[in-house]
Amino acid sequence: MINIYEVNETNQMIDQDNLDVRTITMGISLLDCISDDPDKLNRAIYEKITNRARDLVSVGEEISKEYGIPIVNKRISVTPIALVGGSACRSPEDFVSIARTLDRAAGEVGVNFIGGYGALVSKGMTPAEENLIRSIPEALSVTELVCSSVNVGSTKTGLNMDAVRLMGSIIRETAEATKSRDSLGCAKLVVFCNAPDDNPFMAGAFHGVTEADAVIHVGVSGPGVVKRALESVRGQGFEILCETIKKTAFKITRVGQLVAREASRRLDVPFGIIDLSLAPTPAVGDSVAGILEEIGLERAGAPGTTAALALLNDQVKKGGVMASSYVGGLSGAFIPVSEDQGMIEAVQDGALTVEKLEAMTCVCSVGLDMIAVPGDTKASTIAGILADEAAIGMINQKTTAVRIIPVIGKGVGETAEFGGLLGRAPIMPVNGFGCERFVNRDGRIPAPIHSFKN
Amino acid sequence: MEKTIITVVGKDTVGIIAKICTYLSENKMNILDISQTIVQGYFNMMMIVDTSASSKNTSEISDDLDGIGSEIGVTIRTQHEDIFNSMHRI
Repeated sequence: MINIYEVNETNQMIDQDNLDVRTITMGISLLDCISDDPDKLNRAIYEKITNRARDLVSVGEEISKEYGIPIVNKRISVTPIALVGGSACRSPEDFVSIARTLDRAAGEVGVNFIGGYGALVSKGMTPAEENLIRSIPEALSVTELVCSSVNVGSTKTGLNMDAVRLMGSIIRETAEATKSRDSLGCAKLVVFCNAPDDNPFMAGAFHGVTEADAVIHVGVSGPGVVKRALESVRGQGFEILCETIKKTAFKITRVGQLVAREASRRLDVPFGIIDLSLAPTPAVGDSVAGILEEIGLERAGAPGTTAALALLNDQVKKGGVMASSYVGGLSGAFIPVSEDQGMIEAVQDGALTVEKLEAMTCVCSVGLDMIAVPGDTKASTIAGILADEAAIGMINQKTTAVRIIPVIGKGVGETAEFGGLLGRAPIMPVNGFGCERFVNRDGRIPAPIHSFKN
Repeated sequence: MEKTIITVVGKDTVGIIAKICTYLSENKMNILDISQTIVQGYFNMMMIVDTSASSKNTSEISDDLDGIGSEIGVTIRTQHEDIFNSMHRI
């Protein structure tokens, strides 16, 4: 039988170390809503989402209460809208009407984000996909809860540089369209390479076409728990360090697995995957940078950071995979700057730069995440950053993503305030040398040699 | 059997266990195990309770005990045992 020490350990993780289930995300396919009539399409989308996800929030709260574990977010991901709206939408404005419908449906069921307003253009763009991409700045400025993502490359297809170039401009336009709120729109826009179909985390969640009609994914969290566990093995060798991370990741993931199974049963929606990511929040003690410091770095960004992060990411996966049979999504450690107090401090102290973050993204999940840069950063420079990050993903057969915010009207030394889970971001300097002639070449970067496995 | 774990943390005072046990017996809940420690000077108790004969569900029990806890100045938490089994048992 369970003993008091085990109970106390779990409850200490919850009370003092910010253990929570970060999100229950319901993926909903909208493929059966497709119509050539925009009004009909919008109605069908609204009905499908509000029907399927009607009980998502209440079931999440019920589980949270019963097990005494906070479930921070309930969210929805949908089929990439470029596919759903391809037949009905003739212009970017038509797509914006779908964004408004998604926003309304998400508000109705009470979730705090809905993802999937996006396109998969890793090899080429259809006219519908281009229209959707061009609608993103307006869509993100007229909605509150909609998140957008665009996949511009993969290991199998190479990089669609036309899409990369376009996204450089779209990110700038989105920043302009939401400049009254520190360019908040860009915090809800992710550019991917090798995007996973089953990611529960925003802003990059969408419901891939390989998925069932509806599915439940769960994203766990727990940087604070890992940090606390490592405090007890300070000064020990790597073997004990790694063992401690693995054991902790196992425990965290088991809680996620329990919540996922219960949510799936109560909502009568199949369980998809657990995403093992260590996702930080701006709360004190809920920081991935804090773990890196506990491992032995003076500040995140110091020499040794990439190695420490590689170790952390790998041990989290090794511990987590034993706790759940279905692990997917991004699964690793997240390193968003604005959502992690330790990262914010590392940037402010001059320890962490965009270039070091780029190196760190080679060894952990996702990529350059929630990075605020000066508002006068050129579209071509942003496209260059997107291309660099996508190339890392393409060559290393991993997911990479960029969520970069050119904060209009602000420069290095100032801070962008996004509020809530999105946090605040010190504006980081960007390399000022140009890359126009590179990103203005049209066409694709071919798939790498090691993608030819057939 | 529906097992629920009740934990009580707070400043030690007369009658904590009595109050909780009265509530449990009035609502047909059977105590299977009970242990107590002092953690950092605080009263710390855990009970494993069988709730299958009770007409109340976990959520109602949680609300009721929460109320009793604030009356006597301690924190009472009610959780389904599966969260602990998941985390500590393979």
